[in-house]
Amino acid sequence: MTETAIEFVDVVKRYGSATAVDRISFAIAKGELVTFLGPSGCGKTTSLRLIAGLELPTDGQVRIAGRDVSRDPASERNVGMVFQSYALFPHMTVLDNVSYGPTIRGVAKTEARDRARAILDQVGLGGLEARLPSELSGGQQQRVAVARAIVQQPDVLLFDEPLSNVDAKLRRKVRAEIRDLQQRFGLTAVYVTHDQEEALAVSDRIVVMKMGQIAQIGTPAELYERPASAFVADFIGDANLIEGRVQDGTFTAAHLALPVTAEDGIVTATIRPERIRLASGGAATIRSASYLGSRMEYVVQDENLEFLVSRPISDPRLAPGDKVDLQLDPSDLILVRQDT
Amino acid sequence: MRSLSLTSERAGHAWLVLLVLSLSAFPWYKDASLIAGPGASALFEALSGRGWFWPLIVTTALLGAASLTRSWQASNLALGLGLAAGVFYVWQGFAIGLRGPSAAWVGDLFARAQDGQTGLGWGGFLAGIALIGLLSDFVAARGFCRGERFPAFCITAIVALLTVFVFFPILKLGLAAFVDTDGNLALATFWARLSAPDLWGVGCFFGDGRCGVVVNTVVLGVLSATFATALGLALALLVNRTDFRLKRALRAVSILPIITPPFVVGVAIILLFGRTGLVTGFVADLMGVRPSRWIYGLPGILIAQVLAFAPVTFLVLLSTLEAINPTLEEAARTLGARSMKTFRTVTWPLLRPGLAAAFLLAFIESLADFGNPIVLGGGYEVLSVKIFFAVVGARYDLGNAATLAMILLALTLIAFWLQTRWIGRKSYVTVTGKSDAGLAAPLPPALKVAVIAVIIPWVIFTLAVYIIIATGGFVTDIGRWDLTPTFSHLETAFRFEFVENGLQLYGSAWDSMITTLWVAGLAAPLTTLIGILTAWLVSRQDFAGRRAFEFGTMLSFAIPGTVVGVSYVAAFNIPPVDITGTAAILIICFVFRNMPVGMRAGIAALAQIDKSMEEASQTMGAGGATTLRRVVLPLIRPAVFTALVYSFVTAMTAVSAVIFLVSARHNMATAYIMGRVEAGEYALAIAYSAVLMIVMILCVVIIQVIVGTRKLGRRQELQGRPAQQPAE
Repeated sequence: MTETAIEFVDVVKRYGSATAVDRISFAIAKGELVTFLGPSGCGKTTSLRLIAGLELPTDGQVRIAGRDVSRDPASERNVGMVFQSYALFPHMTVLDNVSYGPTIRGVAKTEARDRARAILDQVGLGGLEARLPSELSGGQQQRVAVARAIVQQPDVLLFDEPLSNVDAKLRRKVRAEIRDLQQRFGLTAVYVTHDQEEALAVSDRIVVMKMGQIAQIGTPAELYERPASAFVADFIGDANLIEGRVQDGTFTAAHLALPVTAEDGIVTATIRPERIRLASGGAATIRSASYLGSRMEYVVQDENLEFLVSRPISDPRLAPGDKVDLQLDPSDLILVRQDT
Repeated sequence: MRSLSLTSERAGHAWLVLLVLSLSAFPWYKDASLIAGPGASALFEALSGRGWFWPLIVTTALLGAASLTRSWQASNLALGLGLAAGVFYVWQGFAIGLRGPSAAWVGDLFARAQDGQTGLGWGGFLAGIALIGLLSDFVAARGFCRGERFPAFCITAIVALLTVFVFFPILKLGLAAFVDTDGNLALATFWARLSAPDLWGVGCFFGDGRCGVVVNTVVLGVLSATFATALGLALALLVNRTDFRLKRALRAVSILPIITPPFVVGVAIILLFGRTGLVTGFVADLMGVRPSRWIYGLPGILIAQVLAFAPVTFLVLLSTLEAINPTLEEAARTLGARSMKTFRTVTWPLLRPGLAAAFLLAFIESLADFGNPIVLGGGYEVLSVKIFFAVVGARYDLGNAATLAMILLALTLIAFWLQTRWIGRKSYVTVTGKSDAGLAAPLPPALKVAVIAVIIPWVIFTLAVYIIIATGGFVTDIGRWDLTPTFSHLETAFRFEFVENGLQLYGSAWDSMITTLWVAGLAAPLTTLIGILTAWLVSRQDFAGRRAFEFGTMLSFAIPGTVVGVSYVAAFNIPPVDITGTAAILIICFVFRNMPVGMRAGIAALAQIDKSMEEASQTMGAGGATTLRRVVLPLIRPAVFTALVYSFVTAMTAVSAVIFLVSARHNMATAYIMGRVEAGEYALAIAYSAVLMIVMILCVVIIQVIVGTRKLGRRQELQGRPAQQPAE
């Protein structure tokens, strides 16, 4: 059993009549990188701020390193946070920014600076200590923000959409750096993003949130391959959602009838676009075809159902209007409960 | 981390220790000196028969017992005891007055209550602070202000201060309106005061007799606001819509009225247009008419006020004009409208909210103006002057003054309410934050002529007034055109000699000048501190009652100075807060009158600064106070500068409130100048005013050097907006 770093127990956060976080519970193990993922307004940032102490819960318990910190303000918790805007102090040099935390916590000025220099070297910013933040590039600013957050060896490192101010081109590189740093220092990290690809790439586990509640917690592979709901299936990667019913081991929707092993009832079947195969000549029609470089994406009309299909570029190219046969492998179908 | 939560327990204990010390080690009453020690403390007084301290002392002891339990600050018991202590604290202050108990049962209970008690001293003062500290700790422990003690303390303290120094005096004054001279409730007297014919008479409109003072005040306000708005509009159009070259000079001139001491403009007008005035004499010679006293009364006050308020309306209207998106006018032009038509159909409607705001602002200032009416009023009475004479001088009648003050306050609040409504609805300001290319449409030629026709007389007039101010103090008698240079006036005011044992000050003005510098020098940093702190609390802290808090501070801004002055007279010359005649009351008065300006500047500056910087500081372990000092203040330095300069200058030149509060020991420059004006010593008044203006400019330069402005790379434009003046 690994040690628990952060635990939420029935945490509720209300603003007036609006409920931002609605009775959620989870635990994050030490050294783990967990992502809060969801559409805007799902409560992911609020959850992060609840860990930081920038918000206090209306109800429930927030525990960090085994201690109940629900009533402790941010300044009395040991967390490091990287803000969306980096929030570097513009009137302080890079070195002053990074040594700010240790100084506040009572470390002697010279030692605080030594620590700051060491961390800055580690993130590859040695030599830039005397600069003001406004004299750095965006990527360098971000690394200062990270250095500033980890210099105090926090119980947990928090990232609030850290890549949203980074060039699209650089994101892959920066997120790899973040992941590398987290592994190297063995830090427990919580990461907020609305970008599912980013979440899949960096996380040990992902907490998918929806309207203040947890939709599913799991590893990237679990979420992708075994989504617990149509919402998760749709949010993580692309998915075709087919509403239908199971009766006597058969899933039926419109003209489809596929053998499945599931209990009777109304369900949603999900299938990933890349799991559908197309063969020329059939009842279905290609509605649109998009060339995406590495693959082709088709919208296929099969009677009343519309499917998004993704095929390797090496497959025979199809054009709108072409007649195709849509081939679904029943074992690729994931049946999920109907979303309420 | 555990050690940190220990410190918060320790902070609670520190407040408790302070409370215990304030009750047992410091003299409770004001007349005992600080070193009187425990012998004069509340505990000792209680032991020697002043039993009304026991509830507070016992509650404190119980709190001490409660503090021995774990996490006692979050307990209901502590909060209950803390609130009870607060109630007992207030009760002991009001239950026994200067001459005896305020209610019969108090007298029955405590024999020594018949002796009465004086105002709070060091012990009482420290006990108040300790109680605020304790209560703020208790609410913070319950999650108020996200559990942070520092903001919780600041909010509690500021609410307490506003209650004591803004709302309590006004309440006291309001009550004074309903009692007769013996202190008994007298509705009939109130009604008689309220319905007096010299308040509401409208005789002047029908050619016979005079108007009431309320009617006079409103008529003056409307005329003054109308002319000031028109002049302000002309100036704004000139600056924004023509190729006028001296824009910077005009902005500089618009600051002049703020640093011009009161009365001196009135004096200059008298010297120009009075019966023996320069212009009057010239015109009389030329036209062969007899010089008259026409300037005294409505015309004179009106001229002085328009001169004083035009810069304010100018700034409001300039920002409105600058906010109009030029593309709207360009669109009208491309649709075929000529320039006059464009102005009438597009520009003018967009200006209207700004015009309304400027008008109401000038109206409020006119209602509150005291300096000009008292110098130039003649027989034309307005509320502020009448309130003054009801309190100061032979006909002391606080009840009457209170009634008049309540009428003035009501008029002001109505205007203030209308103004906030207009500003709130100014939603069709067309600046979107995107930079729109396009040039503002130039003024139609006809309008340009009109604008210049309005401005030229204003320029000549302003020049004449300020030339008199600049020279009048340094020539023998400018009123009689005797321009022999002399330092005799200056010498009367500021003569000094170096003698054996050092510098000797002989001038009659030294006392008031030194007091003024002291008071302004102490008030300015305190005002700035509270103003900026309030701005930070309002814009950064999320707490229950934030809107009411903000509204309360703004309300104190709207109260006319005369009303503040008379309310302080009503509230603070008796226990428990007996501070009349001290320098403290002057400082306190300035702090609470001017802090909304610092607050506005702070809010504007904070709006430019990303909140996450403060959150970052918090997550790194800094509490509210450290974050404020190390992150927020350096970033809003320009706003701090604005607040410091403004509160300093206003404290040097304000008159309407302080005129009630000065004493022989603590006289202020403006009160001294008023005395000279009343005595007809115009040259001396002008000389003093000129010196005062020079001193203010020097001090502003010194503040600039101390506070400075630091460059922050791309964040350079973290400027505070130009501050509004409070109603004088």
